[in-house]
Amino acid sequence: MKNLIDITDLSKNEIEELIKVAKNIMQEPEKFSEKCKHKKLATLFFEPSTRTRLSFESAMIELGGNVIGFSSASSSSTAKGESVSDTIRVVGCYSDIIAMRHPKEGAPLVAALKSTVPIINAGDGGHNHPTQTLTDLLTISCEKKRLDNLTIGLCGDLKFGRTVHSLISAMSRYKNIKFVLISPEELKIPEYIKEEILEKNHIEYVETNDIEEYMKDLDILYMTRVQKERFFNEEDYVRLKDYYILNKNKLENAKKDLCILHPLPRVNEISVEVDDDPRACYFKQARYGKYIRMALILKLLDIK
Amino acid sequence: MNIDSIKNGIVIDHIQAKKGMEIYRTLNLGQLDCSVAIITNAKSKKMGRKDIIKIDKSINLDLKMLGYIDPNITINIIKNDERVEKYHIEPPKELVDVIKCKNPRCITSVEQELHHVFVLTDKDKKIYRCKYCETISEQ
Repeated sequence: MKNLIDITDLSKNEIEELIKVAKNIMQEPEKFSEKCKHKKLATLFFEPSTRTRLSFESAMIELGGNVIGFSSASSSSTAKGESVSDTIRVVGCYSDIIAMRHPKEGAPLVAALKSTVPIINAGDGGHNHPTQTLTDLLTISCEKKRLDNLTIGLCGDLKFGRTVHSLISAMSRYKNIKFVLISPEELKIPEYIKEEILEKNHIEYVETNDIEEYMKDLDILYMTRVQKERFFNEEDYVRLKDYYILNKNKLENAKKDLCILHPLPRVNEISVEVDDDPRACYFKQARYGKYIRMALILKLLDIK
Repeated sequence: MNIDSIKNGIVIDHIQAKKGMEIYRTLNLGQLDCSVAIITNAKSKKMGRKDIIKIDKSINLDLKMLGYIDPNITINIIKNDERVEKYHIEPPKELVDVIKCKNPRCITSVEQELHHVFVLTDKDKKIYRCKYCETISEQ
């Protein structure tokens, strides 16, 4: 593997190997602190995303490497009209590996086809965000001690939410996974996800618009934000943005070992009163994200 | 109505009625230096009505596009007044610059030099997806 563009680029074994390395890093970080000495990561963020960029940068720094890059298209030569292909060929001359976020879907694949160094897709529009999925998998593996036999509730924007689509795709490879798909009618999971992933793999699922209906059955509750940037119509966004707000009351019937996840940033969909609940794992999830990105950088640079 | 049979050439048969001209244009048959007959709305036991194209010359034509337009089309190769070959064309695995991605969020919407590539992801349902953004093609 030379690039990570889509989570399905990784086999189940490769994902498990990355999770294993990430856990090793968490246990003995000092052993990895010079693994990327003299290596450079370029973070090319054509669309702002503070936390993903900082996660990549801190991952590389903790591996002893260096970081170059930009954090918005306006501060890159894209503003002068340069194509993604040209930018990548130039940046490849200055770096050993590139993490790239772009508002247009498929831009990281275009980059990968031209690049001489490994490309990591750090998010392309509403399409893919494979390192978020790796983060989610590491979090579930650490918090639940397993990746099979789980009932997973996915709540919020299931239509445009790329993290949800990738997580369904990744978790469908494991045994005895059940999904509870919680969304308003307008933001239901697309038909092709149901047909091509869930039904094709004989995965059990139910759809509901009531967050409390199946709460008692859930092992994982994955909350998502309704993203303003995915709507062409402001009116629809305003109507749907606060459809679900998870608070202590709604968690009354939930399992004691429920694991609440969120890819962050959060707006209103999880009340701050939930933050102190031991079942709230979303800030830990952000920390896990750094470790899995460290493991990924090592793998793509072929450093043992 | 009589159309002369051909001695050497290609007969594209079982074209969906009224689709003959589209195939004529797609295959650029107007550029050939031989007779080309398009028969539209011909009676067909199998299809009710159909179009047929007869090309009065043995030439190499890139016909794989027909597998995308309609995999039920039949190709007949005629040599010395006899049909020597008859086959259907499988939908091609990849289409390059045949259809355009309509997703306004796709990278191909802003980078003009990129080829529009669609990949066959479901052979049974004949679903093609954009190689870059995975949007399903509109046929």
